[in-house]
Amino acid sequence: MKGLTAALTAGFLFGTGLAVSGMTRADKVIAFLDLADGWDPSLALVMVGAIGVHFVLFRLVLQRPSPVFASQFGVPTRRDIDARLVVGAGLFGIGWGLGGYCPGPGMVSVSSASPHALVFIVTMTAGVLLYQAFDRFLAANRTPAPAQDA
Amino acid sequence: MTTFTPVSALSGGALIGLAASLLMMSHGRIAGISGIYKGLLPGVEGDRDWRVAFVGGLLLAGLAFTWLVPGAVEASAQRSVGLTAVAGLIVGVGVTMGNGCTSGHGVCGISRISRRSLVATAAFMTTGMITATLVQLLMGGVL
Repeated sequence: MKGLTAALTAGFLFGTGLAVSGMTRADKVIAFLDLADGWDPSLALVMVGAIGVHFVLFRLVLQRPSPVFASQFGVPTRRDIDARLVVGAGLFGIGWGLGGYCPGPGMVSVSSASPHALVFIVTMTAGVLLYQAFDRFLAANRTPAPAQDA
Repeated sequence: MTTFTPVSALSGGALIGLAASLLMMSHGRIAGISGIYKGLLPGVEGDRDWRVAFVGGLLLAGLAFTWLVPGAVEASAQRSVGLTAVAGLIVGVGVTMGNGCTSGHGVCGISRISRRSLVATAAFMTTGMITATLVQLLMGGVL
């Protein structure tokens, strides 16, 4: 129960940060990404504030032998740069620049019952499921090809 | 066009960094919103409780701001709902293929100085800026 309270608090703080910073306002996100019409650099400072705090606290937290409510830290260890990473991130950026929403602000904005946010989360979910199905299809067809005759 | 808001941007950002640190301390997890959300979808076993609580916290924050600060979380873009639907689909495919979004790669990954996240952030910042700038130049921002 304490663990769930901690996760709920983290989510609430995260959502509050998104709303305070302006990330939940699609017009502000687009004014940051659109360099042609009076650029608003505010959202670069959101990254500076978030990374500045997390850079320090993340290292302090990892001094602990383990998390408070889990047996170990789940920090990613992959270092390879593959096409999937670059193409996927590139696609995400295109969708972000088109709509002005990334997943976190989209979810926070659902609570305002805004049609934009609701539609965004529904089609984003469809996109996730679509790619997962495509990935399974690829994996199923990656089985070794039968040896060819002659 | 919107006005430059350095104080709210920095302080909101600091809250995001604090929240990500809290989740790392409590559950040892990266606060990547797309990753947390993916774990809630059908086909993923176990490990759901903290994800439900975290997303519940996001929604509660949205409710609080909708109620207390009009204009903070409502859609205010000039984009149509139809274009937003297409954008959502592309975001869903992109974050699944690239394993993360603005939070997981942009905030958490860069804080860890992860090579993969640095590359991913450079990629989505570049394509995001090209896309939004093109929509402005070609369509006057309305699409």
